[in-house]
Amino acid sequence: MPEVRYIDAINQAHHLAMEHDDSVIVMGEDVGAKGGVFGATMGLLEKFGEWRVIDTPLAESSIAGVAIGMSVNGLRPIAEFQFADFIHPAFNQIVSEAARMRYRSNNAFGCPVVFRAPYGGSHGTALYHSQSIEAFYAHVPGLKVVAPSTPYDAKGMLLAAVQDPDPVLFLEHKRMYRLVRGEVPGGEYTVPIGPAVVRREGTDLSVFAYGWMLHETLQAAETASKEGINAEVVDLRTLAPLDKDTILKSVAKTNRALIVYEDNRFLGYGAEVAALIAEEAFESLDAPVLRLGGPDVPGVPFAKKLEEWFSISQEKILAAIRKLAAY
Amino acid sequence: MGAMSAKTKAKTQESEHAALGLTDDDVLEMYYYIALARALDDRMWVLQRAGKAMFVISGPGHEGCQVAAMWPMDKKKDWFVPFYRSVAACLVKGMSPADLLLGLFARANDPSSGGRQMPGHYGHPGVKILSTSSPVGTQYPHAAGIAYASTLRKTGEVTMVAIGEGGTSQGDWHEALNFAGVYKLPCLFIVENNEYAISVPLRKQMAVGSVAVRGAGYGMPGVSADGSDVLECYRVAKEAYDRARRGDGPTLIEFRVPRLGSHSSDDQQERYRPKEELERVRQRDPLKTFGAYLQRAGLLTDARKQEIADRIKREIDQATDVADASPEPDPTTGARYVFAERGAADA
Repeated sequence: MPEVRYIDAINQAHHLAMEHDDSVIVMGEDVGAKGGVFGATMGLLEKFGEWRVIDTPLAESSIAGVAIGMSVNGLRPIAEFQFADFIHPAFNQIVSEAARMRYRSNNAFGCPVVFRAPYGGSHGTALYHSQSIEAFYAHVPGLKVVAPSTPYDAKGMLLAAVQDPDPVLFLEHKRMYRLVRGEVPGGEYTVPIGPAVVRREGTDLSVFAYGWMLHETLQAAETASKEGINAEVVDLRTLAPLDKDTILKSVAKTNRALIVYEDNRFLGYGAEVAALIAEEAFESLDAPVLRLGGPDVPGVPFAKKLEEWFSISQEKILAAIRKLAAY
Repeated sequence: MGAMSAKTKAKTQESEHAALGLTDDDVLEMYYYIALARALDDRMWVLQRAGKAMFVISGPGHEGCQVAAMWPMDKKKDWFVPFYRSVAACLVKGMSPADLLLGLFARANDPSSGGRQMPGHYGHPGVKILSTSSPVGTQYPHAAGIAYASTLRKTGEVTMVAIGEGGTSQGDWHEALNFAGVYKLPCLFIVENNEYAISVPLRKQMAVGSVAVRGAGYGMPGVSADGSDVLECYRVAKEAYDRARRGDGPTLIEFRVPRLGSHSSDDQQERYRPKEELERVRQRDPLKTFGAYLQRAGLLTDARKQEIADRIKREIDQATDVADASPEPDPTTGARYVFAERGAADA
């Protein structure tokens, strides 16, 4: 299998989805001639033309709202938000409309839309190009939220998302686009939305992560193993609906749990995972459930030293692993 | 209305609708729908006052323009994206009085939502009326998306979407018109301007006298018609519909309508509208003005009017009985349809 970058896997999925199904269209700011600011939609305009690869006006709410209308009339839109930080004007459309359409119409209408959003802190991208938005959306029933961490999963889950009858918020951590490589089959395949996966077997404690944090966590776990701490690392992949079984099974095995997420800590995604473990795995716990999240400040600051202060590094994860193991 | 039709009016009263291509049967049926919507509206308020329904929101005064705008549409093929005052439009599009009352009573077989939404949130997949939500303005981009899909898929469908003038202040309203203008989508953007957004008057809602002037900002014609002149409403809607069908793009249509009732059953408009104004708008009631036109045209005799009123009363009595006898939703179904159910046909 050829090894490709995360961004290439995303791009391949677009090409295959559009080749396979005429009803798939791509829309967003700069997705056409430029091929997207990160290159996710490169080559689509030339192949599929302006009516299926739509450079939209610079207006996020209508990117979501128009996609919703398309989806109830036979199209399968993949709507790109240039940065997750700019998805907020579309919150109403995604939350009030896409996520609620099936429920409120008693199954008469559904919205098979994929909302793609590059998220997370990168190198020097500051408050408005670094946000983690998953907690806002994972809270909303009717919306699926995924954050694949490998090129293989990114391609397979994007193809699965396009085929899904319901709206999917597809989160891609920007740091992974060019840093993370992996083996990816050239053809079509899907990775189901829903199941989490154990990336590293361990016995002493469980660490739950997703997106870029998964990679930092795997590195930290490797270092910890040299210190005699054998950490299990679980890639959550799908944030909503959550694969409770895989989480609870892992905690039942290791008796200790740490959740690592880049978003600020308070009411972040880790809070739900921690609550789940506290409620449903209380008797297997040998230590309090720990959360490692970003500081509770309004955003990732720009200056390098400030950015480092904010970021969840391998060192911070390792410190949390040591603390949990020592409890 | 242009000089030509004014002249026609002076010469022969009865040919005004014929000049627009409408038969006598057409205009009588249009009258029937306006009267049906009004009677259904009245019934909904009576049921609410009697404690049979929790809440009503409806469109007395808006019926004339709604029936007129829907008239050129292909009821089976074209799409309608309604708002909470679209009672008459939904009836013409193909929902029955019972369909609407099932929503009012929140019954299990309410086609709009199975009793999940508050009354007035219409939707019906069978007649291509998209489900409505409560945040004002969100439906406009949906209409643009539906129309985009129609164009790409070459289905020949036209989409009509409706909103009040208050909704035009929303960003979504602007974004939708901008998008539709860029792609010349087959869409009719209707604004039913009754000069009040709940209690906020037009002068505080916008700095322009007419919504129609905004069409220029989106590269589409903007037209305005008096909602109590049903034939004029039909004329502008038909023109916009033909334009959409020809592939010439969207039209923004403002209908200036009287709001004859309060915003909803939780509102008392007497608190913020002067008595004289309420008297004045009643003169613009499309049921009266269109009825008067048909009388002048010799089509609506007293006997005919009574016949129509009797038919409507029968239909609404029957619809009320049907809706009232329908079962309430089973509480065990509350968790269904968050997502498509496995094995079920994809909606």
